[in-house]
Amino acid sequence: MPRKITIEPVTRVEGHGKVTIHLDDNMKVVQSRLHIVEFRGFERFVQGRPYWEAPVLVQRLCGICPVSHHLAAAKAIDMIVGAGNGDGLTPTGEKMRRLMHYGQIFQSHSLHFFHLVSPDLLFGIDADPTVRNIIGVAMENKELAVQGVMMRKFGQEVIEATAGKKIHGTGAIPGGINKNLSIEERDRFLDGKAFPNVDQMIDWSLGALDFFKDYHKKNKDLIDHFAAFPSSHLSLVRKDGALDLYHGVLRAVDAEGKVILHDVDYRDYLDYIGEEVRSWTYMKFPYLKKYGKKNGWYRVGPLARLNTIDFIPSPLAQKEFEAFKAYTHGKPNNMSMHMHWARLIEILHAAEMMKELLHDPDLQGNNLVVKGNKQHEGIGLLEAPRGTLFHHYRINDQDQITMANLIVATTNNNEPMNRAIEEVAKEYLTGQKKITEGMLNAVEVAIRAYDPCLSCATHALGKMPLEISLYDNKDQLIDKKRN
Amino acid sequence: MMKILFYGYGNPGRQDDGLGVAFVEALEKFVREQNLPDISFDSNYQLNIEDAYLIKDFDLVFFCDASREDIRDFCITKVSPSEARIEFTMHAVSPAFVLDLCQKIYQKTPETRLLHIKGTTWDFKEGISDQTKKNLEAALSYFKTLLSSVTQDKLLTIQGT
Repeated sequence: MPRKITIEPVTRVEGHGKVTIHLDDNMKVVQSRLHIVEFRGFERFVQGRPYWEAPVLVQRLCGICPVSHHLAAAKAIDMIVGAGNGDGLTPTGEKMRRLMHYGQIFQSHSLHFFHLVSPDLLFGIDADPTVRNIIGVAMENKELAVQGVMMRKFGQEVIEATAGKKIHGTGAIPGGINKNLSIEERDRFLDGKAFPNVDQMIDWSLGALDFFKDYHKKNKDLIDHFAAFPSSHLSLVRKDGALDLYHGVLRAVDAEGKVILHDVDYRDYLDYIGEEVRSWTYMKFPYLKKYGKKNGWYRVGPLARLNTIDFIPSPLAQKEFEAFKAYTHGKPNNMSMHMHWARLIEILHAAEMMKELLHDPDLQGNNLVVKGNKQHEGIGLLEAPRGTLFHHYRINDQDQITMANLIVATTNNNEPMNRAIEEVAKEYLTGQKKITEGMLNAVEVAIRAYDPCLSCATHALGKMPLEISLYDNKDQLIDKKRN
Repeated sequence: MMKILFYGYGNPGRQDDGLGVAFVEALEKFVREQNLPDISFDSNYQLNIEDAYLIKDFDLVFFCDASREDIRDFCITKVSPSEARIEFTMHAVSPAFVLDLCQKIYQKTPETRLLHIKGTTWDFKEGISDQTKKNLEAALSYFKTLLSSVTQDKLLTIQGT
């Protein structure tokens, strides 16, 4: 009897998503889909609001990565106020924003690795879900759990020091930044009195990389083959080909490494990128127009970034990057679980960059804002923790926003996440008569590699936990399980 | 003296989701005006693993959150380290999870309560909705009276309302 398995919502993934897997009479997987069942309508909501509010307004989108939205919107608004095209700020303005951004990358990636990935590595993806989390890690390897907690805290402290406050930060303003970093604020990250300092963050980042590489050596089959599939990759790169998470040009490579989008100015993104709507989900499917809807899809995020760049401009991360590239003989890495390896290299890079910036006297400068001639359109892109984030606004003569277009990283990864689910579903579910917790978690592990954020940011008490529903071939519910 | 922390969490840009944060802001103003000692305040979008570090040195912690539960205006429940570790999201954790992590890492936990304030509206707007403001005021009134009239150690006797 054909069956439909529904996982709703996906545990440990932000927001409202569900997975359906269709099996035929022979228990063969015939279709897998990740459905996004909530429509947020944010782009319409900002219409009519004054443009200078955008960097704060967009933080309502998401309580998970508000800094990324804050900075992408600020970059777009920089264009509108005539403060250049992402590279026209004062040294203090740009470096304060970069420090904020590296703090965000560091804390977000750390959370993902220590809270989510390390449990899967320590206990296995089919382990009891009650131990497969950071508390289980704390019982098995307390030192690792402590590092996770303190790395998150360090990143959060950097954000607070640069954005001004934890909630609805106001640090980035049109044309610059509203504060510098005082000597006292700076020294908290260097002296190690209030919490472990930036050098400790670098050491722990290296330790986390060693932890992963050791696991990889012992579990090559899982790490190299789980949810692996060829794809194109897209990200911003610095004009000289370096990894740059704050600013650059758009580059894409195909699964073999051929450059298919040649370092184009991101203000022209509409010439190169389209978005397809499909009836069964609210999340769109971006694609490179030149290659069409069927073949133009791509991955974004840590794995994609390390596939598109030529080098990393910090010494320890560069050394790790060279080993990462050597593993695939310089070709793009298409293994979904290597996303974790790439993410850990980026954690190390973020720690190195924070150290460099904290020692830079420009952070104590007082020239904070640039002004210029007002434009009616602004486009801001950056590399958020989960991948390339697009913010695009148009305004009228009354300074009101008339159009907003946002393409978030998770949307860019929509097709790859669906492909990853299909790969895993075929391997783990085909031919099985019984669906175990381990099999269902394998599907979630594939999704979680992309660290999707489907947040509506409303997390109020009383929401529904994981629910799994089983349907027969007439779409009749025949079983339901809730934890 | 006991060290007490009030920790509000939620997104103030999503109307009543910001109830916990609004409560903490208003109560902090009152406590400062009254010069009440040893009471700290903090807020964030959501709880996360680093909050285990934050709470470890307090004697009593009140987590303050919006609620969709079937309650009248607000209620307080005692929080214990949770054995139920399946979380709805990977990007936020529950008070019981934070408490459990604190216990596992630092071998100590504060007495912990969760203040649930009933919310009704969750759109992309700043500010608490009109129909919910009375719930926020009721919770504030309860705590203002409590903090002004009882000794701090009596707060430990709150087991739930």
